Amino acid sequence: MSTAMNASVTAAQLGLMSCESCQLLSRPSSVLEATYCPRCGEHLAFRRHGSIQKTWALIIAATICYFPAMLLPVLVSTTLGSSEDDTILSGVAYLYTSGSWPLALIVLVASVMIPLGKLAALAWLLITVQRGSIKNNHDRTRLYRVVELIGRWSMLDVFVDAFTVALVQLSPLMSVAPGTGVLFFAAVVVLTMFAAETFDPRLIWDSGEQHPVVHG
Amino acid sequence: MNERFLASTVACPDCDLLQHLSPLEPGDKLRCVRCDSLLAKRPIGPEGFCLALTVAATISYIIANTSPLMDLSVVGRSASTTIAGGALEMWRENEQLTAALVAICAIIAPGAYLLYMLVLQVAAHRSPVPRWVGGMLRSVHHFEMWSMLEVMLLGILVALIKIAQLASVEPGIGLWGVGALVVLFPAIIVTFDEREIWQRMEWYDGEIPELAVAEALAAKAHG
Repeated sequence: MSTAMNASVTAAQLGLMSCESCQLLSRPSSVLEATYCPRCGEHLAFRRHGSIQKTWALIIAATICYFPAMLLPVLVSTTLGSSEDDTILSGVAYLYTSGSWPLALIVLVASVMIPLGKLAALAWLLITVQRGSIKNNHDRTRLYRVVELIGRWSMLDVFVDAFTVALVQLSPLMSVAPGTGVLFFAAVVVLTMFAAETFDPRLIWDSGEQHPVVHG
Repeated sequence: MNERFLASTVACPDCDLLQHLSPLEPGDKLRCVRCDSLLAKRPIGPEGFCLALTVAATISYIIANTSPLMDLSVVGRSASTTIAGGALEMWRENEQLTAALVAICAIIAPGAYLLYMLVLQVAAHRSPVPRWVGGMLRSVHHFEMWSMLEVMLLGILVALIKIAQLASVEPGIGLWGVGALVVLFPAIIVTFDEREIWQRMEWYDGEIPELAVAEALAAKAHG
């Protein structure tokens, strides 16, 4: 039996910093110098430093990479001298026409929709935070958690390509090489994962607080 | 302990609301009253259960990385690949960055995660827990985030089905190892009591936690 007691005050309002690694609360000795967690040595801050700027930079970079990732071939297969380019979408179409529509759907969701959804969700979170929105705080926090959780699944296509390339090496009969699209696609995955890491969900709640919060 | 620090109060990681933590029973999960984020948990399962799972996962990891994942044969010719083969072939085809990413998510991060978890759980038997364990615990979160074995398994299955249209493919022993890891990794995460280790850890600035002192005294009295 245990219950959480509501104190209705945030750590930042009391001038306390919460360690993101070990959860210890501590009061910084000086606001000016860099502070480290006395228990685990992690760098401490009221809010993640430059969270909004860094997250914007990462999602803009990811959006730029998204287009070549979708348009350029991810696989180049050579069968008895004739070669064929495959983009992510044509790979989905191939899975669909060859009769495995559940797999086509999984790849479509993981490779096309999840990265797009992550970019849209993070952009919306950033815009609402910058406008000082105090609406839908619960839904926005939940959305952030979903973004954090499902982001890794967009790596799916990178693994599909890597293992297809690794296995189908029977030249001159049949061989598969990676296309230039793979690099851009991998970049989208990594950049959106970093973007989710740099966004600070506590900013969602700060707009509604009575006292201004010290920003890093 | 220094009164600058509040032992039983935590700030919600997602909304910063301060909340008091009452002692947790095994199986308890404490969520933020405002945003429902997980504040603290105490896993069920006997002591050492998580370590046993980690050992099992380490064995599966070795099998998964040393045995072929799948074999392919077409008109008398055959080929097979391992996890490392997936990254290696990408490297040879001049996709070094992608190859590195595959290696990190499929081999390096899961391997480092298991190694760190083994060492830190054995070291946590000491009281107070040595302070270098804190550094390992911090790294473990990053390794956990970049271990993508479940995504890799699905990726391999999709690749197998795609290739099956062109040639005959057969899953190898390594694939069973990956399957075991995909089950064992979440089991380790669920049964690992990180809070308990943090509470007994010697602080970075040299302070010794009260709990560890009490335990050491009790052990002395018994001995």
